[in-house]
Amino acid sequence: MVAYIVRRLMLLPLLMFLVTLFVFGIFSLLPPKQRASLYLAGDVPKSPDAMERVIERYGLNQPFHIQYLRWISHILRGDFGWSKTAQRPVLGALAHYFPATLELALWAIIPVIFVGIWLGILSATHHNKPLDHFTRVFALIGWSFPSYVYGLLLIMVFYASLRWFPVGRVSDWVLRLESAGLFRNYTGMYTIDAILNGRPDVLADALRHMVMPVLTLAYIQWALLLRVTRSSMLETLRQEYVMTARAKGLPERAVIYKHAARNAMIPVATMGGLLLIGLLNGVVITETVFNYPGMGRWAATAASQLDILSVLGFTLFNCALLVLGNLFVDILYALIDPRIRLE
Amino acid sequence: MKTFLKLLKNPISLMGILLLLFFAAVAIAAPWLAPPPWPREPYRIARCGFSPTPRPPGINNPLQGIWLIVTRQAKICEVRPFGTTGEGQYDIYYGLVWGTRTAFKVGIYITGMSLAIGLILGSISAYFGRWIDEVIMRIVDVFMAFPFLVAAITLAAVLQPTIGRGIVTAMIALIAFGWMGYARLIRGDILSIKERDYVQAARAAGAGHLRILFRHILPNAIYPTLVVASMDIGSYVISFAALSFLGLGAEVGYADWGQMLSFARNWISRLNEFWWIIVYPGTTLILFVLAWNLVGDALRDILDPRLRGRITV
Repeated sequence: MVAYIVRRLMLLPLLMFLVTLFVFGIFSLLPPKQRASLYLAGDVPKSPDAMERVIERYGLNQPFHIQYLRWISHILRGDFGWSKTAQRPVLGALAHYFPATLELALWAIIPVIFVGIWLGILSATHHNKPLDHFTRVFALIGWSFPSYVYGLLLIMVFYASLRWFPVGRVSDWVLRLESAGLFRNYTGMYTIDAILNGRPDVLADALRHMVMPVLTLAYIQWALLLRVTRSSMLETLRQEYVMTARAKGLPERAVIYKHAARNAMIPVATMGGLLLIGLLNGVVITETVFNYPGMGRWAATAASQLDILSVLGFTLFNCALLVLGNLFVDILYALIDPRIRLE
Repeated sequence: MKTFLKLLKNPISLMGILLLLFFAAVAIAAPWLAPPPWPREPYRIARCGFSPTPRPPGINNPLQGIWLIVTRQAKICEVRPFGTTGEGQYDIYYGLVWGTRTAFKVGIYITGMSLAIGLILGSISAYFGRWIDEVIMRIVDVFMAFPFLVAAITLAAVLQPTIGRGIVTAMIALIAFGWMGYARLIRGDILSIKERDYVQAARAAGAGHLRILFRHILPNAIYPTLVVASMDIGSYVISFAALSFLGLGAEVGYADWGQMLSFARNWISRLNEFWWIIVYPGTTLILFVLAWNLVGDALRDILDPRLRGRITV
């Protein structure tokens, strides 16, 4: 087990090396002049000489491997370049926007896991009954429902029409409180900071802003998780140990939740990687729709304004998260299923 | 043929097929349903005058409005069956009708191209094995290290300054990160088939690599991959529309559903007033994707019993 983890960890740098090589390969699809303009703070200078000088100075016309080495040495020192959209260094922007996105993702995971798994188990125990058909249709429709349409419809009903839930992250009065020094930022996540500050009103405000984005981020994952849980659970309910449990007279609840569901969760755990991908993709759309100031909205804005350095920084960060996340899922998988021996 | 009859008998897939036929009819009849104001550039959405805010449908019953347009009793801008968007006053009905063509094109091209790349690389990898397999599979790993949409956004943003904003750019970005699943799937199936007796027999009879691969192995291994690909068409349409929604897809004014939806972003606080800018394009996109998914779902059950009951979303 330990040997496996160590070997996976040793492969990690290799994979990350290939990923950075690939990202830089994408980056060098841009002609040197375009890349040169990324190094200029203000407007692109009119005289062609100035452009040439920048290209010369940053070695943008040198062979690929030399440019790559130069670029990767900057990356390793934490210099991802300047983000024009965030008006700060890319690494600083990532650090600035990350807590907001993390907060959103963490809140979204709760309904995803509980509702997804619970509905999955229910539709397996009610196999081919109305509830099962209902969840099947629910999953199919959820899968066909683009998250931006879903989000905009939520906004239409609950924000524009009923005014129940606002968009954005917190209300203006919380921001004023913050700039007046009456509210301290410990983690950058308002729901946690509100508790640390002892401000239930701020907590309520942050939660109210969170409802619609969390629902949007959660519902596609519901569809996926529900179907996987259902089929895994159907498989498990056919096993002999379930029959044994029933035969020895255990109450149905115990049979389902203690004996069957625990074993049915093993294949579901492998979905962790897919769920993570869904979240990483999802935040871009969700934050953009709800004007939620996190990493995803920043990256989307940067992409549409062709602020390439920010986009590359965001992508590298996502890749690192995904690679680590997959490693974590694999290890978790081995831990919960003793039958799996990782060599 | 037998498969198709089975699809027709299943009420769920029948509904999907009918929906798809409807969309196909709209795509084919687009010049008749929505006569282009600029006949040379039919994909440029018709624009209806000037107004800072979205304008409501010009007629109470949209079907009656469409009838007036089809029978040429009224111009599109006089009727505006589904209203207009705020910026640029693009006619939503026109954009949706011509956008149907874009949606079919995009879904089929992206799926077809990713499938082709995946099949070629996956079969080479599995058939020749050894270091070729190792290299191709590591390349797959690198591509898999990117979240799909994030990667596509990055590539689309980088490609824009070189080849310009347009549906081709967005399609390239999606194809570049869409093929890996097919490569893995076909590889696994070929690995199990290439040791069969009939492959050995073909080899013994002196058939070349290409002949063995394309005449003997692929036809026996390709079905599961084809089924999975057919189920992906809908989600590729969603992803493409997402790029358009973020301003990285079709150029402004091009008939494309994702872009119609992105116009709604500027009016989120007044969406209850201007409901038509979200409800019509949204419903259209959902129905289109749902149709593909309904057919794909049923197709999987019929063609590949092995996949029955597995991940089915």
